[in-house]
Amino acid sequence: MKSLFLTLVLTAAPVLAAQPAAPHAGEKIYQEVCQACHMANAKGAVGAGRITALAGDTNLAYPEYPIGVVTGGKGAMPWFRGQLTDQQIADVIGYVRTNFGNKYKGKVTAAMVAASGVPSPGRDER
Amino acid sequence: MIKTDGRAPTRRELLHAIGVMGGASLLYQAMESMGHAAESQFKGPPKLSGARPGASVLVLGAGLAGMLAAIELRNAGYKVEILEYNNRPGGRNWSLYGGDTYTELGGASQQVGFAKGNYLNPGPWRIPYHHRTILHYCKAFGVALEPFIQLNHQALVHNSKAFGGQPQRYRELAADWDGNVAELLAKAIDNKGLDSELRAEDRDRLKEALRDWGLLDKDMRYAKGLRTSRRRGYDRPLGGGVDAAPIASTPFAFGDLLDSNIGDIIAQHMESQHQTTMFQPVGGMGMIGKAFGKQVEGLVRYGAKVTKLDQQGGAVTATYTDLASGETRTARADYCVCTIPLGILSQIEVDASSGLLAAIAAVPYSNSVKVGLEMKTRFWEDDDAIYGGISYTDRPISMISYPSGGLHSAGPGVILGAYTFGAESYRFAGMSPEQRVQTALEMGSVFHPGRYKENFSNGVAVAWSRVPFTLGCCAQWNEATRKEHYQTLCAVDDRIVLAGEHASYVGCWMEGALLSSLDAVTRLHKRALEA
Repeated sequence: MKSLFLTLVLTAAPVLAAQPAAPHAGEKIYQEVCQACHMANAKGAVGAGRITALAGDTNLAYPEYPIGVVTGGKGAMPWFRGQLTDQQIADVIGYVRTNFGNKYKGKVTAAMVAASGVPSPGRDER
Repeated sequence: MIKTDGRAPTRRELLHAIGVMGGASLLYQAMESMGHAAESQFKGPPKLSGARPGASVLVLGAGLAGMLAAIELRNAGYKVEILEYNNRPGGRNWSLYGGDTYTELGGASQQVGFAKGNYLNPGPWRIPYHHRTILHYCKAFGVALEPFIQLNHQALVHNSKAFGGQPQRYRELAADWDGNVAELLAKAIDNKGLDSELRAEDRDRLKEALRDWGLLDKDMRYAKGLRTSRRRGYDRPLGGGVDAAPIASTPFAFGDLLDSNIGDIIAQHMESQHQTTMFQPVGGMGMIGKAFGKQVEGLVRYGAKVTKLDQQGGAVTATYTDLASGETRTARADYCVCTIPLGILSQIEVDASSGLLAAIAAVPYSNSVKVGLEMKTRFWEDDDAIYGGISYTDRPISMISYPSGGLHSAGPGVILGAYTFGAESYRFAGMSPEQRVQTALEMGSVFHPGRYKENFSNGVAVAWSRVPFTLGCCAQWNEATRKEHYQTLCAVDDRIVLAGEHASYVGCWMEGALLSSLDAVTRLHKRALEA
């Protein structure tokens, strides 16, 4: 009981002392999905083909473009609608638009993904 | 007329009716058209001949589809040249051996530390007996094959929601599954649950069959005893001498079997593409790519990155970067067989119809991660009597597979420590190679605690989304894209035809790549003769 009390005090302390910046809701999604191809630094890569660099990507200026690509896929990149929720898609696009040297303004919302996203095609065959 | 008391006839009834009325050949035709008899569309090599003198073909890609196209077209009399991005033949047909270096997109480089003779097959790793095309060319090109063990009753099944997370033997789970299903079905018959489906005589015959299939006792129960232990194993096996008598084992509760998801695991092995017999080349799947490579020796320009494909002026011209010198060069021919994976081809400037360009851009690629873990000893054989086969888990690695080669030998062996699907593939691919190996080791140790991590020597991990020459595993078609784009993708577009697993319905298998290639060169040859 005593140690439980101590733990509570210790974990509560930083919250009381200062408000540390909470990680962006899209950060974990980026790490667990996007960086498989776009890399941890979002710089993409070049081989026989090219993986787009999202760092400094001017195509991110208008959210409609990344919303279209993430929901509908592009070339080798599969669509992620159906695997990620509209909220998750909005979060990760918001994260990429404001990190890796990108400083695009304007919040991306699930409603925007719902409005301009590509409907999920069937995944019956692989 | 088929008598069915008003309901639609079943497939069996239809086939039976045709068999009675039209004879065996008509029955076979009907079975073929319903896709149930013939398991391969391979009709032997195309035996093309009579190319116009001086006619030439440029092949893009020295994977299996490209090399087979080159071989068959050269045999027909064409002058053939192949451009290949890698510095080796084979494409996705590939094995990693000790001493190899593999650098993935993003720059992470791995030195493979496996002992001599050991390998990881990052791509294809097994060949079904009915993949007649790949089997034909393995024999023709001298690739030695050995059995690939898919189903191993002694292998393990792990599910975090069953048996307190303890893995169980496939043999015990599968035996108990069949036994319980048989018992339940027998009960359904006794409770008159099948009276509307079956005549009394057939209900009796089914019960007799269930008794044998499910090892049911005289009361139609699947119960503990020597009868059921003959299938699921004994607590004390049969021996010799004084304590020779066996002791029966206790079947699992049906609820635990449901929790273990054994039904789905059994279904994995039942798919026609996983049925007995399966094969693998002796010494690694890459032996096939090497053998095909020997056939096209002197025809391949390696380290050539295609950047543009043009078909103006009565010829096909490919622009490519010679990766060794950095120079831009061109290759020209009358026709072109292009086997470049669609995800990469969609980024290359291609001079083709808008329909073909749309088809090329419409097909995304799947992802997967494979991890090879070399173990100092074959403890799974020595301690557990597991010789080849697959242990399944609901953890992200999805399975581990024990080597089918070098069975019962001494020394180190390589376990396939992860073969990921779906979302887990992205999670794994986003890790560094070292993290993938460590994670696979950690997750796989659930099968062999105390020996897995302890015997580990070294590992290698390949994430297909970061493979420089494909950007993914395989083309991912769906019903809508097949309908809209598939025929256009396969059609000869002026002087260019596409080939590869992406231009087949046997997607993601070498067989699909080869069948596509044979079909493509046959049509291209016809087109060339008609020109």
